[in-house]
Amino acid sequence: MTAPLYGLVLAGGRSTRMGEDKAALEYGGRSQLERAFALLTPLLSRCFVSVRKDQHDALRGRFPQIADSAEVAGPAAGILSALSAFPEAAWLVVACDLPFLDAATLQFLIARRDPAQLATAFRSSHDGLPEPVCAIYEPAAASALQTFMSGGRNCPRKFLIQSPVLLLDQPRAEALDNVNTPGELDDARKRLGAAAGTGPRALKVQYYALLREQAGRRDEAVTSTAATPRELFAELAARHSFTLAPEHLKVAVNAEFCDWSRPLQAGDQVVFIPPVAGG
Amino acid sequence: MSNFRFTSQPIDGGALRAELIDTHCGGFTCFEGWVRNHNEGLEVTHLEYEAFEALGVREGERVVAEACERFGVTRALCVHRVGDLQLREIAVWVGVAAAHRDEAFKACRYIIDEVKHRVPIWKKEHYVSGDSGWVNCERCATHAHEHDHSHAHHDHG
Repeated sequence: MTAPLYGLVLAGGRSTRMGEDKAALEYGGRSQLERAFALLTPLLSRCFVSVRKDQHDALRGRFPQIADSAEVAGPAAGILSALSAFPEAAWLVVACDLPFLDAATLQFLIARRDPAQLATAFRSSHDGLPEPVCAIYEPAAASALQTFMSGGRNCPRKFLIQSPVLLLDQPRAEALDNVNTPGELDDARKRLGAAAGTGPRALKVQYYALLREQAGRRDEAVTSTAATPRELFAELAARHSFTLAPEHLKVAVNAEFCDWSRPLQAGDQVVFIPPVAGG
Repeated sequence: MSNFRFTSQPIDGGALRAELIDTHCGGFTCFEGWVRNHNEGLEVTHLEYEAFEALGVREGERVVAEACERFGVTRALCVHRVGDLQLREIAVWVGVAAAHRDEAFKACRYIIDEVKHRVPIWKKEHYVSGDSGWVNCERCATHAHEHDHSHAHHDHG
């Protein structure tokens, strides 16, 4: 029987080269850790954040955690701790510092998972070697990884190289580019900004109740440079003299509740939701 | 058919109750929200309900599913009116059928409470004086300038 697939975001790194906590770095108003966790959540039944044994902070504390069971450093320790904590489960493991990772890449990996191997992983688009920190580890990988690490080795890439593993080509070559230094961070933010389109975007806004009356219309086609619903509301509130403040509203994009800092994309349908009063 | 719906037609409680009848169930509870003639000291002549239906149906279905799972009830249904309503009309109808009465009462209460807080539906009251106002919105609009968040949950029962 195929093991259930859980999600693990690796966030126990010491971020030595970056000089600040990589999990907390923000792109488009959201931390890398939140972004990675939000990518996994809709695809998997349970998700956890992997942390070091001694690591307690507010950002990580918001998520279910698995702490490293040993003092050994590195991603292999986090993967082994998850495999040991839930021996019945397979794990889709992702590093928190992959700002270009997208749902399509994860869905591609999940769809091609081979439970008969110890792992299903991507071939690096840079050097052709297995990518250990966006991969699925089957329950049987636990004892093999334990043996590997008991020999004093802790490189998960070397573990995958010597194990029976299904290797896949990445559907998007840049999806697994990671960010380790301040220079790479600047570059990543520029690339993501360009992809999101910093120029004006065509959006559709629908108004209800008090906002509909104050705007004098049910809907409106808006061309805006606003990157988030928060910025868009500020722009429209100035135009229509809305009396409701954003703290009294919720927001939905494409008919689902969302965060005020969700990045807006061309074609999005945005609704600001005044205080409700059903019944 | 969906277990949360909007309708612009008068609600027929008997017909909705008939949808829930099930030989596994030993109890049925129902809540009807009616249009009353007063609110917060003002005389109300009629109401207007407006909904963001695409999201409202999704959120309403989530509420009903949560109630069924949490309390283990067999069947549950919620229907909310939109449009102009006169006094005495039914604004919202919740029905729950279950093996036993306890879970039916609890699930019914859960559904109406959550629907009032979470589903994007708005109510405009029209008063005898000729004034009108969107319930929960006008107070926020006034108080927004005073940074008064004490009524942030908009629970007016």
